[in-house]
Amino acid sequence: MRYLADVATLARKDLRLELRARDTLPAMLLFVVSTLVVFRFALPEGADELAAQGLLWVALVFTALLGLARAWAPERESGALEGLVLAPTDRSAIWLGKSAAVFVFLAAVELVALPAFAVFFAPVDLSTVVGVLLANLGICAIGTLLAAMAAVSRTRELILPLLFLPLAIPLVVGGVGASISEEPEQFLAFLGLYDAVFAILCWASFEYVVSE
Amino acid sequence: MLAALTAMLVGSSLVLVFLVAPEDADQGLSQKIFYFHVPIALTAYACFGLGAYKALLLLWRKDERYDLESYVAIHQGTIFGVLTLATGSIWAKASWGHWWLWSENQLVLFLVLFLFYTAYFMLRFSLEEGPRRANISAVYALFGIVLVPVSFLAIRLAENVIHPTVFTREGPQMTGTMFFTFCVAWVAISSLAYTLYRVELLGKRVDSNLRELREALTS
Amino acid sequence: MGARTGAGALGGGLVISARAVERRYGRKRALRPVDFELSPRSFLVVTGANGSGKTTLLRLLVGLAAPTKGELEVRVQRGALGYLGHEALVYRDLTALENLDLYGRLYRVSERRERIGMLLERFGLWDVRGERAGSFSRGMLQRLALCRTLLHDPELLVLDEPFAALDADGATLLDRQLADLRETRTIVLSTHEPERVERLCSDRLALT
Repeated sequence: MRYLADVATLARKDLRLELRARDTLPAMLLFVVSTLVVFRFALPEGADELAAQGLLWVALVFTALLGLARAWAPERESGALEGLVLAPTDRSAIWLGKSAAVFVFLAAVELVALPAFAVFFAPVDLSTVVGVLLANLGICAIGTLLAAMAAVSRTRELILPLLFLPLAIPLVVGGVGASISEEPEQFLAFLGLYDAVFAILCWASFEYVVSE
Repeated sequence: MLAALTAMLVGSSLVLVFLVAPEDADQGLSQKIFYFHVPIALTAYACFGLGAYKALLLLWRKDERYDLESYVAIHQGTIFGVLTLATGSIWAKASWGHWWLWSENQLVLFLVLFLFYTAYFMLRFSLEEGPRRANISAVYALFGIVLVPVSFLAIRLAENVIHPTVFTREGPQMTGTMFFTFCVAWVAISSLAYTLYRVELLGKRVDSNLRELREALTS
Repeated sequence: MGARTGAGALGGGLVISARAVERRYGRKRALRPVDFELSPRSFLVVTGANGSGKTTLLRLLVGLAAPTKGELEVRVQRGALGYLGHEALVYRDLTALENLDLYGRLYRVSERRERIGMLLERFGLWDVRGERAGSFSRGMLQRLALCRTLLHDPELLVLDEPFAALDADGATLLDRQLADLRETRTIVLSTHEPERVERLCSDRLALT
């Protein structure tokens, strides 16, 4: 299908750019590990293992923000976004390709963050991992679109957290719930619902974010 | 005309709430705030819904007129949202002695929405006027209305597992008079919101017409 | 409320039809109402002082923006439009070759590799095809942008002050290219030096 080919072309482009520039991914990796260390000192002795689970999600959300702030930087630098908008591809493919690339970066960061967390704080079980993956999808979907909005605003990166955090609250609920609850299925199902609903919304509305 | 009707409705609802409706056995006078708190909350939802609807029309019909209507509706919704938080907080203090209750799902939902829609205004102010600002605001407004049920579900889930409550509150048992009073208050608040919406919209339209006129005369 | 419609909407064989098309950004009027028509294989030169709306008009033609008032019909599909703007619209960290390959895929150019090679050679960029676009000079970037614009052999070419960023060699190449395409394509070009394309152009539009 032409659409998927376009998405793949665009995602590949982003991966190639990051491999070449090597600035965002290392920064995210260092950030997440540093944050976990900070949390270690922020949690007083005798604090719950449960509290630590919550902090994992805080770390992930803010690390994602770091990466998302730079997501559209290559397009902004040389006006390339307009080049993509001009092309006969569906505008939603631009969003999907970029989201896919961001997903890969975030997953790479989590490959490091989860083991680090397990070592520093508490073991990580399967429902947490699944929760992280599902939440990732939501973060990438809405984050990419919101980052595109932020990119054209006067305040740029400053506004992205303000736009992102309220929308991320349900994701944190889903994720933390999946980690600590005895019945993680309902939280995982909720995450799936969030992903489906917002992915559709993003897919349908990205066109309007980039058009005048 | 509309304003007169609103004034009458608000007046009569005040009379009903304070003079006619019976006092609640458990909570006394503080329960009366519910006659305002709940309608204000419902009205805020309605305003956000109206804003999202106008946003949808903007994106679909591409008529810039809807941008202002969406913005004003969301503006009103935010005002009523703040009022919801305020009245809710007052009720919480009067009933439980705390200014804030995390167990009150409605309040928490409004807090999240407040954060969301405040960001709406910051987003709007950081964009240059024009079709792009209208489009982006509209998309964000649609996100908002989808966030309402999703957040509500999330908060409910969080409630049950992450923060199980010690207190349980029974919904108010409403007698006939109370119910009637409630309905009148609801209609009154809705009417008030709609009047304010029309007034603000008219004011902004007049502003922009004046500007266009001035431009046409000077160029 | 403005309208911009795409392929298939026009009768009479026109490529572009504009009626009272204007564009504002809130209070600012970027383009005053303009009317014109363009037949296939014509060459329209758009002139006007800075701020008169040349760039805005061209962006409207290719669909990067929609008119706020009036009706604009462009009877060419997005995939058959070629646009050269003020910015090169290429990725700094990709090589010239990679950039063109990206656009080649998105525009579904047939015989992509051959075509890219041919264009790079024609515009004197073959030797630097493996270099990052970010290391190019302004003139070279503009030439790369030209390659991008012509890559998919567009029916309608929209060029916004193309000579402004070109060096002398590049300008000669563009002259030649325009002369080549003149017979078979429709061209809209905005410039500060209309004399340069005087003998090629068939229509003129002066914006105020």
